[in-house]
Amino acid sequence: MSSNEHNETDNQVVPVTQTSSEVRLPNSQLPLHVLRRADVDPIAAGRAERQVSIMFLLSAVFTVLATITFFAIPVDKFIRVPGAGVTQASNLALGVTLGLAIFLIGTGAIHWARKLMPDDEVIQSRHSYASSNQIRESVMQEIREGGIESGFATRKIVRRSLLTALAVLPLPAVILALDFGPMPKNELRETLWTKGMRLVTDPTGRYLRPEDFSVGSLVSAHPENLHAWEEENHNLNARAKTSILVVRMTPEQLRTSQGEGWDYQGIIAYSKICTHVGCPIALYEHRTHHLLCPCHQSTFDLADSGNVVFGPAARRLPQLPLGVDEEGYLVALSDFQEPIGPSFWER
Amino acid sequence: MGTVGISKYRKHPAVLFVLMLVGLIITGGLYSIGATAANKVAKDSVSAAAILNDPASIDAGKRLFATGCATCHGLNAQGASDGPTLIGVGAASVHFQVATGRMPMAAPGAQVMRNKPQYTEEQTLQLAAYVASLSPGPAIPTAAQLNWAGADLAEGGELFRANCAQCHSFSGRGGALTEGKYAPTLMLATPEQIYEAMITGPQAMPIFNDQTLNVEEKQAILKYIEYLKDSPNPGGLELGRYGPVTEGLFLWTVGIGALLMVAIWIGVKAK
Repeated sequence: MSSNEHNETDNQVVPVTQTSSEVRLPNSQLPLHVLRRADVDPIAAGRAERQVSIMFLLSAVFTVLATITFFAIPVDKFIRVPGAGVTQASNLALGVTLGLAIFLIGTGAIHWARKLMPDDEVIQSRHSYASSNQIRESVMQEIREGGIESGFATRKIVRRSLLTALAVLPLPAVILALDFGPMPKNELRETLWTKGMRLVTDPTGRYLRPEDFSVGSLVSAHPENLHAWEEENHNLNARAKTSILVVRMTPEQLRTSQGEGWDYQGIIAYSKICTHVGCPIALYEHRTHHLLCPCHQSTFDLADSGNVVFGPAARRLPQLPLGVDEEGYLVALSDFQEPIGPSFWER
Repeated sequence: MGTVGISKYRKHPAVLFVLMLVGLIITGGLYSIGATAANKVAKDSVSAAAILNDPASIDAGKRLFATGCATCHGLNAQGASDGPTLIGVGAASVHFQVATGRMPMAAPGAQVMRNKPQYTEEQTLQLAAYVASLSPGPAIPTAAQLNWAGADLAEGGELFRANCAQCHSFSGRGGALTEGKYAPTLMLATPEQIYEAMITGPQAMPIFNDQTLNVEEKQAILKYIEYLKDSPNPGGLELGRYGPVTEGLFLWTVGIGALLMVAIWIGVKAK
């Protein structure tokens, strides 16, 4: 700001010179057009021209290089690149050369436009978007005539039958909804686990004994009859429903359980399926006894009935009651006492 | 006249980016050199078993323990307010923690990180011999246990995905756990260290003892991890091999950032 403006607000009369009035009332339309160096200096223009053409020519060189690369570098050649690790040489060379070939055309074009093409500011007025009244009237006229000629207003039987046809058309969409599949019956509440069903390791299928577990052990397991079921039914539904995690902690660390005597000397089993949206969970931290779901970070405390300690899951993980059969193998004492997996309408 | 040539370009707008790029390349290069150097732990000519079984090692280990470990773990490894008891943790646990540089720990935190080892392999084994002498615990795996030559790679992959991938990711590059903890990458760990981690369960990791995951199965897993280490990146930058999330993040930050730079360059009026 010039000192003149300050003085004026202080009510001091100062003679306003011609130059200061020009500063206070600048051209409000557009900033003054500033000429670029290439506009005024032929040497600068020549330099910019050379730069642009060099970029275009370099692009052509890289295109040729890409073509040579395709034949010259064998596909099974791998090289070590700092920062990228061991990389397929052919892919790397093709990517770099073709990328630069395209990139240099782009930068050349932009450089050309910025340095050499005219950059004068231009005002272009908008035209009116609406059609003229004459055109609008003639269109409306055609619609009215079409209505009369088709007889939509006068031929009542045609009109009503058409409306009837349109009205019943959505009906099959409703009827077809009945064919979404059979109702699940008890399948959402029952699994293959039954009283006395032995646990086997996943994927190796070995029976488990309590002495196999150290404090801090983690084992993924499923019922021993799962494979037979899958061979019969050809789907993975039972696997999703019966997968469990078996962990061992000391009986003192086990603060609460979902049922009395559901652990076997600190060995406990929980459904592996998250109660939020059903991701398999196995990120078990054996010192905190927290089980973390990798999908949305729901965290369950296995030392405290599988209750949710963090995240979007609304319900605790269902626990499978464990015991030992007469031969000393770990078995389920019953099925899960609550449905496994995500919530559904009746739960 | 060279200084004149440099000062002429010193205020060029591209200088900042070029300098940053050069700095990043140098840092990355030095880091990768350092990482490979740290990975090559020199093997002593004396066999590990000989050191572990030598009664003199227990005394030597006890002296090392008194100076390096007793501050936190107690003079007799009984544990103190700053560190847990080491009675019963076994030689494997000591060897894992010390050989990976996690112990001695610089400062407590959510996660003890892999570091440059502070002891030689011989000293590490002496420490292990001393701690193992206090009470039995998981032993350092033998050469026979670590020999995976006959193992089944496909079975190793299946076992890895069933038991390890949930935390260490399907590529073995590791991943986040709760409250600042994380599962480290397996790419820096030796097969011996991985075996020791499985049987001792360091930090948040659960224990996979030789009953729930037998020796042949562990060998198959080791073989698969070596296969993961050796598998190249046909597409160039591996971006941690964490999958589409990192790839998307890279494109949203670096890729779109670069596009923004170009857009700004297009928009700035030329001089």
